[in-house]
Amino acid sequence: MNLDKVLSADRHSACRLCRVAVNGLTVTAQGETLLSDVTVHIHCGQLTALVGPNGAGKTTFIRALLSQVGYRGVIEHQDAHGKHFGAIRTGYVPQHFPFDKQMPLTVCDLMAAAMSRRPVWLGVSAKVRAQAKETLAIARADSLLDRQLGNLSGGELQRVLLALALYPLPDLLILDEPVSGVDQNGLSLFLDVVTELTRTHHLAILLVSHDWAVVQKYADHVILLDKKVLAEGSAREVFESKAFREVFPVSSLWGGREAG
Amino acid sequence: MDFLYQAMDAVLPFEPFRYTFMKNALLAMLLLTPLLALLGTMAVNQRMAFFSDALGHSALAGVGLGMLLGVSNITVSLIVFGIFWALMISRINRSGSASADTIISVFSSTGIALGLLILSRGGKFASYSALLTGDILSVSRGDLLWLLIALVAGIVCWVALYNPLLLSAVNPELALSRGVKAKWVEYAFVCLVAVAVMLAIRWVGVLLINALLILPAAAARNLSRTAAQNALFAVLISLVAGVSGLVFAYQWDTGVGAAVVLCAAVIYFISLPVGRLIKK
Repeated sequence: MNLDKVLSADRHSACRLCRVAVNGLTVTAQGETLLSDVTVHIHCGQLTALVGPNGAGKTTFIRALLSQVGYRGVIEHQDAHGKHFGAIRTGYVPQHFPFDKQMPLTVCDLMAAAMSRRPVWLGVSAKVRAQAKETLAIARADSLLDRQLGNLSGGELQRVLLALALYPLPDLLILDEPVSGVDQNGLSLFLDVVTELTRTHHLAILLVSHDWAVVQKYADHVILLDKKVLAEGSAREVFESKAFREVFPVSSLWGGREAG
Repeated sequence: MDFLYQAMDAVLPFEPFRYTFMKNALLAMLLLTPLLALLGTMAVNQRMAFFSDALGHSALAGVGLGMLLGVSNITVSLIVFGIFWALMISRINRSGSASADTIISVFSSTGIALGLLILSRGGKFASYSALLTGDILSVSRGDLLWLLIALVAGIVCWVALYNPLLLSAVNPELALSRGVKAKWVEYAFVCLVAVAVMLAIRWVGVLLINALLILPAAAARNLSRTAAQNALFAVLISLVAGVSGLVFAYQWDTGVGAAVVLCAAVIYFISLPVGRLIKK
């Protein structure tokens, strides 16, 4: 516990994890190649955006990072000196979050179930409640503590899920198109929180997005994926690349959010 | 134990509870219903109401197979078979070969048919018909001790299992990403339900056991905002239904199980409009 505190305090000056180095990542399923020889780095303190058409293997890439799918190649976690670094903590905000909206469950219950061992049916202790509130505050969701989960708006739910992914504080935070079903205000609030996190906590953040305006505004680094890496660089470099124009014909480019 | 009976005489100076069998039945009710109600809250959250129904029905097959294999203790054969059956349903359900309700239905009817086949051989089913309705008035002192042990053990498991189960009930993907071994937690849960159901089935009966699991939890869900309220209301409702059903059955000379379940059902129907009022 103490070690955790020291490490997370230390991360302000020099982060524990420096980069996730993905080398020659290949995933096949039922004879079909989902990802082929993907080599990219995801740096801490940066927001890396992953873009690509439907079926490009973005979700497969995430599942490989989460070790939820078998792969060939190397996914290595390196510290500032390029040294190999054991397991990292990964926070994940899923794309869809289907759940039973009638379930008698408050935001506080959900956080406590994830944060403490004491069973939630015995009630949440004052200490865990305070801890939950503190974590929610990072995602600007502390006012939602006593709301029922099923009554939250899309944007509110996203911030609660973000808070949940931030406990314990991860080294790598993966946001899988977290903005679908969220109104414009909720979206900017969410992304402002995320950007703040890259700076204050020096997290490595991977954002899967279809929203070019968002990518343009928030991403430090962009990876264009379609089974393999087609282009990589700043948002401007990727958007102006030939590969990008081939994958996304001009008509769909600046018309706001791409459908689906 | 005698001291307990005397204490009950002092606290409950009512006509029905003068009799020792009624005292025993009351104690059994107080031991049985809370655990079933607690487990029921999660069975409802996980949408497993039909699953526990199939499990209850399989008790017939458990008794039948136990008899064929020469197991003298009915409770042992019930529990062993119950766990086996629960794991089979979960396992096949996980493989996703058909929709859950179809698979559960297959297991439910297989369990009943297998039990009926064995127990009815030679026209002897009548001697087992008590299994269908249960008989809580025949609980003995020794049984009470076992029920107490089961209640304590069940609650200990429930303390350990609840949080990971809750996460995976909300969203399995979320649970997985947080390192919850959702599959094993679920298996542990169905085993726990199997043991609780099989221990209760001799007293409550195959036909009504599922109601004791589901009805208090369903009514409590209508009234609750938080997980803790859900558990508290479920236990209270199950206790009220259990005791009032027992008294009702004594006064009107009816079966206890049916009276208890009807009381729980009445509470459920009251909880519908009341819940809508409270939650506004």
